[in-house]
Amino acid sequence: MVESDLSIFLLALLAGAIRVGTPFLFVSLGECLTEKGGRINLGLEGILVTGAMTGYAVSYLSGSPWLGVLAAGGAGLCLGLVHGVICSLPRVNDIAFGIALILFGTGLAFFLGKDFIQPSAPMLPSIPLGGWSDDTRVRSALNVNVLFFIGVALAFVLHWGLRGTRWGLVLRLVGDHEDSAQALGYRAAGVRIVATGVGGFLAGVGGAYLSLYYPGSWNEGLSSGQGLMAVALVIFARWQPINCLWAALLFGAAGAVGPALQAIGIGWGYYLFNAIPYVLTLAVMVITCRPDRTLSGAPGELSLNR
Amino acid sequence: MSQLKRRDFLKAAGLLGASAALPVNLLRAAGGGDLTVGFLYVGARDDFGYNQSHAEAAAVIKQMPGIKVVEQENVPETVAVQRAMEAMIRQDGASLIFPTSFGYFDPHVLKVARRFSDVRFAHCGGLWEEGKHPMNVGSFFGYIDEAQYLNGVVAGHMSKSAKLGFIAAKPIPQVLRNLNAFTLGARSVNPDITTSVIFTGDWSLPVKEAEAANSLIDSGCDVLTCHVDGPKVLVETAEKRGVMTCGYHASQAALAPEGYLTGAEWNWVTPYKKHVQAAQAGEPMINFLRGGLKEGFVKTSPYGPKVSAEAKKNADAVKAEMMSGDFVIFGGPLKNNGGEIVIPDGTDYKQTAVELERMDYLVEGVRGQI
Amino acid sequence: MLKPWLGRAGVLLLPALPTLCALVTTAVLFIAFLLIQGRPAWQAGPLVFEGAFGSLFAWENTLMRAAPLMLTALCVALPARAGLIIIGGEGALVLGGLAAAVTPLWLPALPAWPMLIAMGVASMLAGGLWIGLSGWLRQKRGVNETIGSLLLSYIGLAIFRHLVEGPLRDPNSLNKPSTPPLDSSYQIGVISDSFYVHWGLVAGIVACVLAWVLVRYSVIGFALRVVGGNPRTPRMLGLPVDRLVLLTCVLGGGAAGLAGMFEVSAVQGSANTALISGYGTAGILVAFAARHNPLAIIACAILLGGLEASGGLLQRRLGLPDATTLILQGMLFINLLAWETLTRRTGDWRLWLRGHWIAAPRAGLEEKGETSHG
Repeated sequence: MVESDLSIFLLALLAGAIRVGTPFLFVSLGECLTEKGGRINLGLEGILVTGAMTGYAVSYLSGSPWLGVLAAGGAGLCLGLVHGVICSLPRVNDIAFGIALILFGTGLAFFLGKDFIQPSAPMLPSIPLGGWSDDTRVRSALNVNVLFFIGVALAFVLHWGLRGTRWGLVLRLVGDHEDSAQALGYRAAGVRIVATGVGGFLAGVGGAYLSLYYPGSWNEGLSSGQGLMAVALVIFARWQPINCLWAALLFGAAGAVGPALQAIGIGWGYYLFNAIPYVLTLAVMVITCRPDRTLSGAPGELSLNR
Repeated sequence: MSQLKRRDFLKAAGLLGASAALPVNLLRAAGGGDLTVGFLYVGARDDFGYNQSHAEAAAVIKQMPGIKVVEQENVPETVAVQRAMEAMIRQDGASLIFPTSFGYFDPHVLKVARRFSDVRFAHCGGLWEEGKHPMNVGSFFGYIDEAQYLNGVVAGHMSKSAKLGFIAAKPIPQVLRNLNAFTLGARSVNPDITTSVIFTGDWSLPVKEAEAANSLIDSGCDVLTCHVDGPKVLVETAEKRGVMTCGYHASQAALAPEGYLTGAEWNWVTPYKKHVQAAQAGEPMINFLRGGLKEGFVKTSPYGPKVSAEAKKNADAVKAEMMSGDFVIFGGPLKNNGGEIVIPDGTDYKQTAVELERMDYLVEGVRGQI
Repeated sequence: MLKPWLGRAGVLLLPALPTLCALVTTAVLFIAFLLIQGRPAWQAGPLVFEGAFGSLFAWENTLMRAAPLMLTALCVALPARAGLIIIGGEGALVLGGLAAAVTPLWLPALPAWPMLIAMGVASMLAGGLWIGLSGWLRQKRGVNETIGSLLLSYIGLAIFRHLVEGPLRDPNSLNKPSTPPLDSSYQIGVISDSFYVHWGLVAGIVACVLAWVLVRYSVIGFALRVVGGNPRTPRMLGLPVDRLVLLTCVLGGGAAGLAGMFEVSAVQGSANTALISGYGTAGILVAFAARHNPLAIIACAILLGGLEASGGLLQRRLGLPDATTLILQGMLFINLLAWETLTRRTGDWRLWLRGHWIAAPRAGLEEKGETSHG
């Protein structure tokens, strides 16, 4: 009994890490990109919700969930560009603007999304990787959504892109040292606008995962702060796309640990379990930060460091 | 008399019965014009769950002659709800208010009701007490645990693993009563059945609910039900994994054509109509109003295609007993899941018993902690 | 001559120019949005005004909602004076509320006033500790205060939920898990029956005025301007930077904690999860819209409170979804923050106006005015 409890628990953690972690992965990659350019976008929470609504609505209206994902990304791109453009104006604070964007994005999604709460939209397919097993639980746990693999691939592509491509170098240069970038003839504002826009696109896709796959419905309580949590996650991952992948899985597992423990009969303190990711991130920050230097890996122009 | 009242209110009930015969139109004409009724919801009106069950009943009230309905949704349990109720009274002329969230009652409804003694506040879920609470306030609620017991009976017949799952928001009496009734219903069929419970911590956390559903299914539960604001996520997740579900709040049959067995549904039209009619007729406020299947406050979803004839027969028999008013869900001896007696032998708590509204234990057969 | 007078009026109005632009743009965008949606846009505008400021009741409604926002905005504005961006006011508010709710349980029975003061102190200590921790982590460990305070806020909320629904729960609170209810003598009432707003409003205004005096006229305020302006100069001047930063954080957190105390003793009567209703987050926007000026916070909080108050009318009269208010708020703050960019220019324009319209044109000023205008 104890052994089977343990295996159920571990299975739930593994499956939960992937299921719950995928939206984290997308949003954190988006935020990572934005922050690499030297700007922070707290509005990804609003973008995520808008993406979730748009994705669901378009999937329902068009019958194609993939079109929904694209539309969600497009909606995210638009809101991301708004953030990018307006925060490029002098004296506009990106942190406060992000919070205003949360209000606006969720408001927009709730307003336009009223008509799409009731209908059922076609869902994204998943890839059954567990066919080898006779255990339905294993099979279910290894039913992995395509978006997860896209996200994993994206993490590696971004990792390579930021290091190995000219575009990545320019982005990092703009994010680390704006003046040098200007001296080389790159317009920092333009680069950041693109980075924030692409970041918004990814956050929108993360939202579409929520509404079109897991938990797979659209309603106003769909997001429980995944967008804001992703900001912490990026710091936890030290601005490394591949670390974002591991961190997203870890945060996903942390989200799954409360229900999983209760399923095997341990029911104490579920609120405290829900706070694990925050405690972990704070601990990492406290351990790795020093007053005389900023977080290693942090882009120098990031408003968090000034 | 269909509504169930406590002893203290037999007198008021008598009065009510007598005045029910008065011609409604005449009194309303005397009052001058339409009755404006205000509804407040804590969440979105269309959440496939609790708020929707209220909004659907409000839509029925809207169709009644001489009624004007004003509604406000997503009203948090802060000064916002006090001000929203006051605004309905002052700006819209509402004279009957339905604050539908439990958390509105104390202190918000009580505070506003003391200032507007000529307005009726019919609160859903609270426990009105004479002497302590204003006379223009009433609380109504339905004994939905009866329908949850029937859910349990059907689930008990249909479960192959003898393991059921229950996803709950918070360990509060209303939730525990449903969970316990569900478990007792299932164990009346097969005493070996256990119910695993997972508390998510809040009324609407879709990702957590989906995780909880998956965890329960992984640990072998093959029939799930819940007490959260929107059961949509649970029902859809279970259907995807080929597991059976019992619904809650409203019918989710359309979401799970395969695995939906039956469900516990609210029928708020009944208490709403009573309050509206009392207001229209100028009768005294109905301070305490409760009812179950018999009174039409709750109902069950039609059986799904999977439900066996035997299960139907058993559930229908229990339902008939409930409709006759003889059935006792919580009767002694009853043990909690730690083995202690919580209801002694020989004690039967009828549905009206106030003790049941303070439930703070999990009955034997529930796997979980509070 | 008319010109000098117009010039003076212009100089006075210039600081308000970004705000006016933001209000106008918001109105235009909001009406356009509703028109595109085919909603009754032209009725919505007047209704927003009526619901927010159209009657005594509307004012009561607005001010009641504005009261906690003034305090939570200070939680952002004070640390901002020292150059910190704190966004964790929500956690400080709920922990402050919890501290206020349990103080009477842990103290012997006291008369109303001493107990209320004790509750206020406890709430400010709790809130101050929480935000102070963010400031301390930043000064001593280099942990960024924005993210640090956000994380601490989430952790604070989890602790709050755990305690209120667990160890500190009143077993009689049945279906709404809460701490034991406050004795009625420890509950704060309204200012008067004809002005039905609780005393939290007065506390909010007083706190804002005090904060204004502190940052404007005190030595600490002057030192803060130096610290907030540049990280290196103050150390050269020998200013106790760490202590100043910590002070603003503790004071700001204390203000948010006090907001929690008023929520508990003037509204809820006990601590429960209804305290978590976004006042802390809204305070961030209020503070930024007020450019961290404590007096402007009062006005901005009233503006935001008014928008929330008007939301009900939009729902009930026009059948607009509740999210309309969210959109309106979002648009307003997006515009307020975006038009902030004008402040870079208003200084120049002000000089120009002084040079050209008010003072008699003299050669030197004329030149200066021209250059800065260009």
